[in-house]
Amino acid sequence: MPEQTVIEAVRDTMRAEMRRDETVILLGEDIGNRGGVFLATDGFIEEFGADRVIDTPLAESLICGLALGAAVNGMRPLAEIQFADFVWPAINQIVGEAARVRYGTNGLKTAPLTIRVPYGGGVRGGLYHSQSVEVLFAHTPGLTVVAPATPYDAKGLLASAIRSDDPVIVLEHKRTYRLVKGEVPAGDYTVPIGRAEIKRPGSDMTIVTYGLMLHYALQAAEAASEQGFDVEVLDLRTLRPLDSDAIAESVSRTGKVLIVQEDTPAVSISSEVAAIIGERCFFDLDAPITRLTPPEIPPMPFSPLQEAAFMPSPEKILAAITKLAEL
Amino acid sequence: MVFKIELPQVGESVTEAVIGKWLKSPGEHIDKYDPLVEVITDKVNMDVPAPATGTLTKILASEGDTVPMGSVIAEMETDEAVTQADSRSPSVPATPSGAKSETSPLAARIGTLVQGANVGPTGGEFLDTSLSPPTHDTATESAAPSQSNNEKLRFSPVVTRLAAQHGVDLTTLAGTGLGGRVTKKDVLTAVEEGITAGSATMPSPRVPRAAPGDDQVIEPTPIRRMIADHMVKSMTEIPHAWSAIEVDVTGMVEWRAANRQRFEQEHGVRLTYLPITLRSVAAALKTNPRINSSWVDGKMVLKGAINVGVAVAADEGLIVPVVHDAAGASLLELAQQLDGLIERARSASMTLDDVRGGTFTLNNTGALGSVWGGAIINHPQAAILTTEAIVKRPVVISHNDTDTVVVRSMMNICLSFDHRIIDGAEASAFLQAVRAGLEAVDLNSEFE
Repeated sequence: MPEQTVIEAVRDTMRAEMRRDETVILLGEDIGNRGGVFLATDGFIEEFGADRVIDTPLAESLICGLALGAAVNGMRPLAEIQFADFVWPAINQIVGEAARVRYGTNGLKTAPLTIRVPYGGGVRGGLYHSQSVEVLFAHTPGLTVVAPATPYDAKGLLASAIRSDDPVIVLEHKRTYRLVKGEVPAGDYTVPIGRAEIKRPGSDMTIVTYGLMLHYALQAAEAASEQGFDVEVLDLRTLRPLDSDAIAESVSRTGKVLIVQEDTPAVSISSEVAAIIGERCFFDLDAPITRLTPPEIPPMPFSPLQEAAFMPSPEKILAAITKLAEL
Repeated sequence: MVFKIELPQVGESVTEAVIGKWLKSPGEHIDKYDPLVEVITDKVNMDVPAPATGTLTKILASEGDTVPMGSVIAEMETDEAVTQADSRSPSVPATPSGAKSETSPLAARIGTLVQGANVGPTGGEFLDTSLSPPTHDTATESAAPSQSNNEKLRFSPVVTRLAAQHGVDLTTLAGTGLGGRVTKKDVLTAVEEGITAGSATMPSPRVPRAAPGDDQVIEPTPIRRMIADHMVKSMTEIPHAWSAIEVDVTGMVEWRAANRQRFEQEHGVRLTYLPITLRSVAAALKTNPRINSSWVDGKMVLKGAINVGVAVAADEGLIVPVVHDAAGASLLELAQQLDGLIERARSASMTLDDVRGGTFTLNNTGALGSVWGGAIINHPQAAILTTEAIVKRPVVISHNDTDTVVVRSMMNICLSFDHRIIDGAEASAFLQAVRAGLEAVDLNSEFE
């Protein structure tokens, strides 16, 4: 099976979906002649033309507004936000409008709109190229939010997103783009939205995580196994709707949970996961629900030392595993 | 000093680059920020600036080489001391499980991390984020409960639940958790090793200390639990019906009083009413086969053997030793068998053969003073008979149209029967057959 990086899987999937369905169009900054800031759309304008690969002005509200208008009129637009940090001007178009189309028209209209949002830190991106933006979207009824962490899931979930009849936010972690290589089947397949996956089975505790942290958690779990701790790693993959059955099943079985996320903790994905566990696993818990997250400070710092201090790392995860395992 | 020049991070997602043309040669003097080498990535092409002032001494990556970000591409001699971060102490391997030679399908799909793909800022100073030592002070880690001497007495929800489920006394377990905390694993290990209440290691039911007026919760012994399950099974599966008659056992009482001493001297066995009753019961079972049966999978199974269980109150609970082939035995044989069985039951030295194969049960509740009972059938049998206390009572006897009140020894016998198999008529016929057998005993009877 061919090996690909995440960015290669994303690129191939977009190309395949555009060939499969001519209503799929791309909108974004520098996605045409420049091929996208991460080269996700390299060569697309040559193949599909400027009518389907649309270079937009530097205005995210316009990108998402245009995409929404096209979506309710029969197209399947795929918008690219250059960096998640720049998505905020489009919040009204996404949260205030796109999320409410189906409800607001009593099901008469839907918004089959996909927005790719490269996010996350650990890339020396500092204040404006490192943000985790998932919570606002994951909080919003009417939106679907996926966060694939592997090339396989990147392809399968992006295909599911593009084919969905409702708006989907696809969060791609920038650091994984060229960092993670894995097998990707050449043929057509999708990964179902709303389904988490056990990426590493174990019996002593469950790590619930997503995005780049999945890979750090897997490294830490591997190191923990040498100390005799058998750690399960559950990759959420979809952040809205959360796969509460998978979370409850795993945590009920292991009795201990460590939630790891790159985002700050207050009112975050980890808060919701913890609530689900509290509601569904209380009588199976052998330890308090634990979380490993960055501290509550506004941005990802630029200084390498401070960025390292901010981000969870395999070592920090391993230390948290050990502490929880020995409890 | 020697300074190692590393390939700096360019762009947010780039992990490797191709070395282009070197703009300086070994031995050449370089000023800080002088363009040193061209690098080509799939995102950008750029010149790498010299990280310090000094002399280029060695080129380690040649033109055309593909090099991961952060790897050393050259060495230089600096004019002054320049600090260089060297923070690699990989206590956690940089590759996840997927990088192993035996790659599982799941691991292959998860993928591997490109080696050396950690980033450094433009300028060459490099700090490896993912491999830097843990900095717990700054990262937020939600607090697990701190260590305390009271952990032994704090139980997690799952520990409490499992302990109740399996009857484990948590105060007897040695916790392996922090501060001696009893963990889920500790409970499961205890269950596996059979350390539950009432097991061999803790023989008697333990009564937790309770304040006056508080309810006491007692863990049942395994035998008690078995009895409980058996009773529930019988009562829920079998539709019970009850019938009772009274028996004039004056003759039997007289016979026993007259023969007891001789019998015990001759045979060395105690003579109680039980073998006499059992003899009548066994004979009645022979002529009433439906009483000696079982309801099995929607069919009535009439038993070929007549094996009568006799309920015995032992220390740990109710035991029902079985007298096998009771219908073919003489009074002496019955007395001898019963004597041995009861002795073994009370001294807890029963064999498996002593308790299995019963087809009907006889319970002498009269020994405890009871005068009436509605026993629960010993599943899967079809009926159980209790013989109640023998009581002297005034009884009206009609003889030649004259009613006379006389004092007689009377005993009630009560039958609980499975109404799927046995109706009232059959139950009564059986009871009357037992009565007839018992009332036929008088001073002239010869059993031996």
